[in-house]
Amino acid sequence: MAVTQSESPILELPENVVVSRLDELASWCRKNSLWPMPFATACCGIELMATGAAKHDLSRFGAEVFRFSPRQCDLMIVAGRVVMKMLPVLQRIWQQMHEPKWCISMGACASTGGVFDTYAVVQGIDRFIPVDMYVPGCPPRPEQLIQAIIDLQDKIQKEGTIAGREFNTRQRQEKKRALVECPETLTLDAARNPNLQRELSKSANNLN
Amino acid sequence: MTKTSDTGTKTVIENAHVRALNAFCGPVESSIYRKQQRVIVPTEKSFDALSLLKDRGFDLFIDVTCVDYLEYRKAKHRYGLVYLLASTMNTERLTVRLFVDDPKPTVASVVPLWEAANWLEREVWDLFGVDFTGHPDLRRLVMPEEFTAHPLRKDYPLQGRGERHNFPVITRDHS
Amino acid sequence: MPTAQPEIESSSEARSEDYLWTLNFGPQHPATHTTLRLVLKLEGERVVDAVPEMGYLHSGFEKIAEHLTFNQYVTVTDRMNYISPMANNVAWHHSVETLLGVNLTPRCTYIRTIVAELARISDHLLSNGAVGLDTGAFTYFLYAFYQREVIYDIFETLCGARFTNSYTRVGGVSHDFTPLVIEKIRAFVKTFPKTLNDMQRLLNRNRIFVDRTQGVGILTKEEAINRGATGPVARASGVTRDLRRDDPYLAYGDFDFQISCASAGDCYSRYLIRMQEMRESLKIVEQAIEHLPSGPVNVGNNERTTLPTKNQVYSTIEGTISHFELSMSNRGFEVPCEESYAAIEAPNGELGFYIVGDGEDQAYRARCRPPSVLNFAMFPHLIRGHTLSDVVAVLGSLNIIAAELDR
Repeated sequence: MAVTQSESPILELPENVVVSRLDELASWCRKNSLWPMPFATACCGIELMATGAAKHDLSRFGAEVFRFSPRQCDLMIVAGRVVMKMLPVLQRIWQQMHEPKWCISMGACASTGGVFDTYAVVQGIDRFIPVDMYVPGCPPRPEQLIQAIIDLQDKIQKEGTIAGREFNTRQRQEKKRALVECPETLTLDAARNPNLQRELSKSANNLN
Repeated sequence: MTKTSDTGTKTVIENAHVRALNAFCGPVESSIYRKQQRVIVPTEKSFDALSLLKDRGFDLFIDVTCVDYLEYRKAKHRYGLVYLLASTMNTERLTVRLFVDDPKPTVASVVPLWEAANWLEREVWDLFGVDFTGHPDLRRLVMPEEFTAHPLRKDYPLQGRGERHNFPVITRDHS
Repeated sequence: MPTAQPEIESSSEARSEDYLWTLNFGPQHPATHTTLRLVLKLEGERVVDAVPEMGYLHSGFEKIAEHLTFNQYVTVTDRMNYISPMANNVAWHHSVETLLGVNLTPRCTYIRTIVAELARISDHLLSNGAVGLDTGAFTYFLYAFYQREVIYDIFETLCGARFTNSYTRVGGVSHDFTPLVIEKIRAFVKTFPKTLNDMQRLLNRNRIFVDRTQGVGILTKEEAINRGATGPVARASGVTRDLRRDDPYLAYGDFDFQISCASAGDCYSRYLIRMQEMRESLKIVEQAIEHLPSGPVNVGNNERTTLPTKNQVYSTIEGTISHFELSMSNRGFEVPCEESYAAIEAPNGELGFYIVGDGEDQAYRARCRPPSVLNFAMFPHLIRGHTLSDVVAVLGSLNIIAAELDR
């Protein structure tokens, strides 16, 4: 950084030097070297593979280094539906990733449960982990995923800070409104089932 | 098979395998629908009947599944088990059905006959709660171990009973 | 995480157990491709035992089938075996039409045959490509995936969706073949053998690949039958069973093609079977596209299963009535109170549906017979005694698709 102590009001910069804010420089570095962690469970995973393969070639956007170890990644792409048995695995992998990290929820199933409104499928992963970008489609075309990555890069550039202060804003901390509905669905049956009632009170304690 | 019916009506037709089953475990109910031969065997003799069929050339075990007849019109029993058998030597197929009832639906396991039945029977236990006696490892197959219900039963709702929401929430604070 | 067991017991059996390591493999692991989990017991690098675990993608497909009509459920079958959705569509409606007793038009059977075979090619491309990827041949995977894109393009021209097609309907298909589709399929038939030859040259005699797959994961013929294997896995073990020949559904009776079989039963022969099956599928596609019958693609109004064309609706009274009745929820198909099973030879093996009808236009119960379950159930038998690095080769050669496995 060319910060000089010179007396003169006009800064004399040598060639090849650009002045910038540190935050912006960090964001610029981060956005152009996203390393995705493909959490591919179902059909969207195949489109994710297509995005990385020859025709669509994700490496044009600096995000092709798929690493399967969560420790090395900063972008989690959840591709496909997440079910009850898989959700604890997803949360664990999310927690294993280092900050700063982002999450793309790819496809209708990951975002809302999609056509699978059944007993086993989690109705949107954003109920349980934070999500930065949603990609519609069932499954989304590779172009859509590429667009989502470009948009995420814009977002990182616009609001990124070197200390990650943007993650602490109130908007990002808020729980999704859908979460409020959950205990209701539980209590409906709890009226009939004493076992479930006990479970409910236990889980309510855990949640609080 | 002596005669087939294209019209889809039920016709009881004599078949060598059905005759053998008749001789073995009393008269069995047999029918043909869309060229598919089906028999209904008594539950208590199911293992012996299937073992007989295996010896008669049905060496490939296609599938075992269960149907919950709770809301089915004119159904006399709660659960119907369906065994689909085929042969690798010829193109014969046979559907064997039998019925079990609440409160404790139980049927003999056929894992000693076909290893293929192992996981399929576990799946039936998982989703319908039909117990297979003599199964080497009857655990849940697709649902989590701590799950208590049997979701494919007709009295279990499609959206479940809220189990799918019963998880801790991770926010940016936690991570 | 590997954990050694430190306790030392007096009996010799327990002591030999002390040296075993337990390794958790999956459910999120690059080589499983999908969500499988294995708990491996290792002695050094040798696998002593493996306990497969599934259900990490169980989404209640069979429960949904009880709540959707026969035509709606086809969208869900797309998501079942998601590397060849077309084959699932054909399998589902083949079963439904068996239950309802609908006889398809000749043009429809040909069209369905063509799309099912294209689906087989795209499935084998991906599964063989994945074997290559897992054993270190990344270029091979790119070759395979590029050809998949060509097939996606054909499907997109055909029905608007490149991947999850939902193409079939009860008694017909959603879109007829246009001249452009036929032209694209012809072009594919012409160009694909060249890529296939390239792929064959890349890998068939590649020393590393052959060493890693030959003699690994051997399945004998008796075991294959006993464990219920079907499809390429069974045929690589010498079981000469293929529903396309044994029980010719659709238009398979009209074509000249070979059933590929091998006797070794190892990963390498499963790979070779898939390569050979692509050539045979291409032969079927070529014959079918050249002899494509003319005429209507959907069954007539009398059958009352498919929607009539707009022209019929506006110009004939039968068309209007038929359209009206099909749109009403209680005047749709005439479904018998019966049960039936029908299967097709899907890319992975015998894929069938056992459907119970109760007079409604949705199934009372629709059981899917998934080939992947039986293939995955035999995995511990195949891997015992091999090394840890063989796990990925065996998994890849079985071509297990989690969505079909768990449903």
